[in-house]
Amino acid sequence: MNGTIARLVLKRLGVGVLTLLIVSLVIFTITALLPGDAAQALLGQEATPETVAALRATFGLDQPAHLRYLQWLGGLVTGDPGNSLVNGLPVADLIGSRLPNTLKLAAIAALAAVPLALTIGIVSAMFRGSLFDRLMNMAAVSAVSVPEFLIATLAVLLFAVHLQWLPALSHVSEINSFGDMLRAYAMPVLTLCCGLVAQMARMTRAAVIDQLSAPYVEMAMLKGARPVRVVLTHALPNAVGPIANAVALSLSYLLGGVIIVESIFHYPGIATLMLDAVSGRDIPLVQACAMLFCVGYMVLVLVADVSAIVSNPRLRK
Amino acid sequence: MNEIVKVSGLQVAARNPQGEDVAIVHGADFALEKGEVLALIGESGSGKTTIALSLLGYARKGCRIVGGSVRIGDVDVLKLDQDGLARLRGRTVSYIAQSAAAAFNPSKTIMDQVIESALIHKTMPRRQAEAKAVQLFRELALPDPEGIGSRYPHQVSGGQLQRLMAAMALITDPALVVLDEPTTALDVTTQIEVLRAFKKVVRERGTTAVYVSHDLAVVAQMADRIVVLQNGQIQENGRTEQILSAPAHPYTRSLLAAMDPASRAAATGSSRQDRHDIILDVRDLEVRFGNGKAGGGKVVLQDINLQIRRGATVGVIGESGSGKTTLARAIAGLVAPSAGHVLLDGKALAPTLEGRTRDQFRRVQYVFQNADTALNPQHSIEAILSRPLKFYHGMTREQRRKRVAELLDLVRLPQSVAQRRPGELSGGQKQRINLARALAAEPDLILCDEVTSALDTVVGAAILELMAELRRELNVSYMFISHDLGTVRSICDEIVVLYAGRKVEVRQREARQEPPFHPYSHLLDTSIPMLRRGWLEEVTGRTAATLPALAAGLSPQTGLCPFIDRCSLRVNGLCNTTPPPLRQLAGGGSILCHRSEEELVRAQGALKLVTGEAA
Repeated sequence: MNGTIARLVLKRLGVGVLTLLIVSLVIFTITALLPGDAAQALLGQEATPETVAALRATFGLDQPAHLRYLQWLGGLVTGDPGNSLVNGLPVADLIGSRLPNTLKLAAIAALAAVPLALTIGIVSAMFRGSLFDRLMNMAAVSAVSVPEFLIATLAVLLFAVHLQWLPALSHVSEINSFGDMLRAYAMPVLTLCCGLVAQMARMTRAAVIDQLSAPYVEMAMLKGARPVRVVLTHALPNAVGPIANAVALSLSYLLGGVIIVESIFHYPGIATLMLDAVSGRDIPLVQACAMLFCVGYMVLVLVADVSAIVSNPRLRK
Repeated sequence: MNEIVKVSGLQVAARNPQGEDVAIVHGADFALEKGEVLALIGESGSGKTTIALSLLGYARKGCRIVGGSVRIGDVDVLKLDQDGLARLRGRTVSYIAQSAAAAFNPSKTIMDQVIESALIHKTMPRRQAEAKAVQLFRELALPDPEGIGSRYPHQVSGGQLQRLMAAMALITDPALVVLDEPTTALDVTTQIEVLRAFKKVVRERGTTAVYVSHDLAVVAQMADRIVVLQNGQIQENGRTEQILSAPAHPYTRSLLAAMDPASRAAATGSSRQDRHDIILDVRDLEVRFGNGKAGGGKVVLQDINLQIRRGATVGVIGESGSGKTTLARAIAGLVAPSAGHVLLDGKALAPTLEGRTRDQFRRVQYVFQNADTALNPQHSIEAILSRPLKFYHGMTREQRRKRVAELLDLVRLPQSVAQRRPGELSGGQKQRINLARALAAEPDLILCDEVTSALDTVVGAAILELMAELRRELNVSYMFISHDLGTVRSICDEIVVLYAGRKVEVRQREARQEPPFHPYSHLLDTSIPMLRRGWLEEVTGRTAATLPALAAGLSPQTGLCPFIDRCSLRVNGLCNTTPPPLRQLAGGGSILCHRSEEELVRAQGALKLVTGEAA
């Protein structure tokens, strides 16, 4: 690690913070544009304008938008994104109780997907054009092109309805053994992994193939290195940058999948929390969840960028 | 007989886009004795690299060894399975690739790669292999032999990498070393050092080697025997002396003829200099990269003054990184100079393309080095040539068709070429199209950037001849950029020598072969390999140890001679303290040097006597 890398990483971080600031502005504007507000939603159609106005005043909804934005932003920075408008609980607590579940789901999906995808990608690059390579290629294209809700539905139909191996819903609260955990997570993770593995495997394969056509690979073969050695010690170190980049980018795609998967399997995570918040017009909760998703995405993209920078041998040492 | 390598009836086929097998090597036979160096020589496509690789039982993608035998010692290489081949490669036969910069893995240290074959084949433990590598580095005259192994490939120069690759090939003491154009990508002044290092280790270790090259002069220094190849067929196989002095085959004779710059110079004839008007005037040009405006950044060109007359050819020569391409790009408006002016016909040109008129674009055309990348592969030749006709001259479709036919005539290509795409043409034909595209604009000045560097000697010579004819017919001026002094000399009226962004010498055609030279030009001149055995041993005075000593600790001053670190005529207390004057020479031209004309003639005349007679 040297100064150049540190400078580049700092620059990326700066850009990241700036992006988050812009995102917060966009989120705030869009949620403010939504028709109706929490006061109206709480009191229902029958409420008189006076009671609505009074409730608005207690929520602070009558203040000008830019003041509300600054207050909200200040709250976010200090770790207090306000209280839920629906049940009055602190948003931080609501998120705090759900976030570990989502992180657990994402972590399990990533732990399952990354090694599998790397193996498939590297092996199909080594045996390019073979039957294995072509089969994997076909499987990957199909997996990427089928949307998650369809995969999830098909999985439920097959494993829960027909075979009756797994419960159709994911009951995280009833996990007492490893077997329970497997049963609870099998289908959500499977659904998430399909697209993820396919995407990562294809990018890994491309990155390794790109390196395998480099002259130094021919040189290594002419030094008597066997194919496994050529791939593992020559091509792979040079492919790490693109692969890490691909992995981080693919994982950011998890964030989108998680919303669908959580709601289909009724998994008590952040995404279901956010969906409930949207239907309840619980603006502070929606905003905080949206920001959280953005931060997650930004962090993964940042990791992708930094891994690309760090793996460049010209910047190392 | 102590035959160590015997190739007989070797046949290699390549698969063409239609999926048919086409023979690219038709039954090659040759043999090598222990300790002998054999050269495979031929133009690109002659099959020399293909044959060399088959000595390792290897064929590139799309190629296949279909017949014959390659015996190394008692082993028939072509009968080995994958496992046997892996045991052979790097152990019995090792390979030195053309471009060391690409053949080294960028993310591993040099030492790891140099000793890798020793570790793969378990010839010795790591520590011993590292010690041997350091020993080889020393023998190959690499700087800092102890420490260079811990660096990464991008941290050393091209010439050093090429020598490091030699160490990599020799680490297992193989029975045969295959060198595939190992010096082609290097500057001549670097090439000579690498060749000397190669020759020293080959001789001291008694290595048996196959040396692949297109350059007969290089081969003359290295090889005991020469095999001449053309279109995958062996034309001639003989001792080096015989091939050079009494070539039997007509093709060998044509190769030798293309090597000789004198024959080409005769073909160009003299330039028309009846109108002495200056078409291009470059004044005090300076280019900086990076933070240019604030006086910071890296100076790439400095104090460049240059005039080109109508119908004249000015050659710009220098090694890679000397700023010659940047000069052309600054004139063309592709790089903005940080100071100075470029005047076209007395009128100042805007520094960048945005400020120039369409007519100014038309009058200065650029021909790029690599026709492969400069021509759009999706366009037909007619479309490529029509574009400037429409853009600059607004011709109608009918006019354009007629003009394209004329242009093809002009560059001596058949009319049938018009409907083809660049991919269907040979390298030489593509370069002619590249030239025709520039001519289509009817320019006053054509900037030619290394236009023959990517071509074979014979094809390149034909392009140069064509350019000389066009100059006579159209009275167009050229700025001809090259790293090859021989090429520049054969066609230019005036030669400008650049070194590290400074103009160190201007020389008129008439005075071209006689001293005084700037010490750098002289080094360049004497670095061009000659078609004479023993030349490599005669050229002396190149190593840092033989240079005159300079007092250390003087504060570095701006404007000092850029060549001071390599100059064999430098003067302590003068060259390292005072910027050199621009000396006007009696015979025309100028030299940026402290040494007087007499001193230079005395120093360089002596060497001339030794190397001169073979020219």
